Amino acid sequence: MNLSNHIPILIIAIPLLAAFLVPLIGRINKKATGILTTLALSVSLILTIALAVKILTVGPQVYVFGATSPSLTLPSGLKFPIRIIFEVDAMSIFMGLITAIVSFLGAIYSLAFMKNDSGLEKYYSLLLLLTVGMFGMVFTGDMFNFFVFLEISSIASVALISFRGTDLGEPAEAGFKYMVVSSISALLVLFAVGIFYGQYDVLNIAAIASVMKYSQLDKIALGLLVPVLAMKAGAVPMHMWTPDAYSEAPAPITMILVVASQASLYALFRVVFSLYNISLNALTVGWIIIIFGLLSMFIGVTMAIIQKDIKRLMAYHAISQTGYMLLGVGVGLAVLANPAALQKYGITAMEGGIFHIMNHAMYKGLLFLTAGALFFSTGTRDLNKMGGLAHYMKYTTIFFIIGAAAIAGLPPFNGFASKLLIYESVYRFNPLLSIIAMVVSILTLASFVKVFHSAFLGPKLPQFKEVKEVPRSMIFAMAALSCIIIFFGLFPDLIVKNLVHPAVMSLIEQLQYTGTVLGGM
Amino acid sequence: MLGLLETGSGFWSAIVWVIVVLVIGYIVYYIRNKGEESYKKNTEQDKPFISGNPELTKESSHISASHIYWGFTEALKGYYNPLVKIHTGNINDYSGWIIIITVIILIMVGLSG
Repeated sequence: MNLSNHIPILIIAIPLLAAFLVPLIGRINKKATGILTTLALSVSLILTIALAVKILTVGPQVYVFGATSPSLTLPSGLKFPIRIIFEVDAMSIFMGLITAIVSFLGAIYSLAFMKNDSGLEKYYSLLLLLTVGMFGMVFTGDMFNFFVFLEISSIASVALISFRGTDLGEPAEAGFKYMVVSSISALLVLFAVGIFYGQYDVLNIAAIASVMKYSQLDKIALGLLVPVLAMKAGAVPMHMWTPDAYSEAPAPITMILVVASQASLYALFRVVFSLYNISLNALTVGWIIIIFGLLSMFIGVTMAIIQKDIKRLMAYHAISQTGYMLLGVGVGLAVLANPAALQKYGITAMEGGIFHIMNHAMYKGLLFLTAGALFFSTGTRDLNKMGGLAHYMKYTTIFFIIGAAAIAGLPPFNGFASKLLIYESVYRFNPLLSIIAMVVSILTLASFVKVFHSAFLGPKLPQFKEVKEVPRSMIFAMAALSCIIIFFGLFPDLIVKNLVHPAVMSLIEQLQYTGTVLGGM
Repeated sequence: MLGLLETGSGFWSAIVWVIVVLVIGYIVYYIRNKGEESYKKNTEQDKPFISGNPELTKESSHISASHIYWGFTEALKGYYNPLVKIHTGNINDYSGWIIIITVIILIMVGLSG
């Protein structure tokens, strides 16, 4: 048996197995739960990197469940796939890498951050299940299977958001709200899946795409999938669950939730590009996504400026940054049926949007971790109560500056590189959109200047005289993200050329996606 | 060239940017060192002069988050009041927005052909 053919399933199976082992280990040794989780996620990270190398050199990989060979997509001479298939192309592995890095660093950060909490075996078990759900969402090539993984990640997220809400306080309320919106989205996704199955008798994305008629029923399915996946990604005006959930979840979970939201964003892009592609009215759906992007960028940032809770403020910025991704990819979709415009600026706009997904996961993760470090040391998230913390938390201050500069799009950090791609390409599509994006960046900088001044600058305050820098495992996670941000900022060409461009092309080239499963049908 | 990102309209090199910033930084530092030589640290010269008013204690001089950008938000009251109002925190409203947007998109996709 060649183990390298089984990497896609091993990436998911190892944390899934660990998720069920953790509660058992926790009965013997509580501390071992965190170590086991970190180990399982480190193996997943290594396997994801190995799979990424394979995909970027050989091409998309498929994994067929229950077949005699994992690459046997059409067993017994059938013309359509009947088994659950993972189809991991450049876009899927791009998201897989983000998931692997963030969940691994989240587990490391949790070792110290959560050490005083009770029920750690449940916490780590749920963290692993959330990671499994995210990996599944980005690897699967099957619509119903996507729904299953969406549910796994949603249920684990609900429990993790309300993890510190044992007395039915605000975390429990935030968890309940997330549960309601997740249930609505899951229901509508399932309804859309039912529409596809009812019409075409298949659930495989490539198989549906190959027979897509864009009938009235397909339009209804599209009209259900676009808003609910945009909502799960935190797009305005369906974003209101985001500040509640992001602010109440423990900091490392908030960082992972950002990637879970991006997995829904990935699903949105997968649906419009790989499932429908040019069969849909690309200009209309492209503009719908652009409008989501504009609203998210502007309302997100303006709401962030008036926040006093550091994590709510950052949550609104997460909404705002999602707007950039929607804008970049929306422009690419709007010109999908126009090959000249697509070549001229559409691909670059998509590269900017997709590159921003990774950049955002890194710097927003870092910023949420710095907010967690402040909470860990001071016991408050209220910016009005903070001040002078740079005197006591020098490393956290430096990490915050790096994260804040990156999100504001200051050179030479990674946020600048992806925003520059978006500004220049979107300007050629519609200058006004690009100008709004730049104004939002300025407002983002203003907002983080406020946080920096309120929390870190100023004289030493007497109530914080006992405050110390956070433990080493938390420093390590923040330092690792900072290094990635700086590396991506200094060498953006390496990332765009080797990871982002192949990911964008795998979205645009629908025939390659369907051909990988159906063999050029 | 390593680090050179082509944007479709031009290019960007963070390495060149860092080198330029370092050179400019060194020039600024050099000019600064040519400045006033009579300055002495930890003397009267270090104390702030607030138009003759007594200096606040250090602890009370910190400006808290609520006071920052007060003018900005006050000037944009007309924008902020309705915007904050729709963020009710009520899950019924959250669900309502999802349904409204879903209906709008269904109509747009249905009519677009």
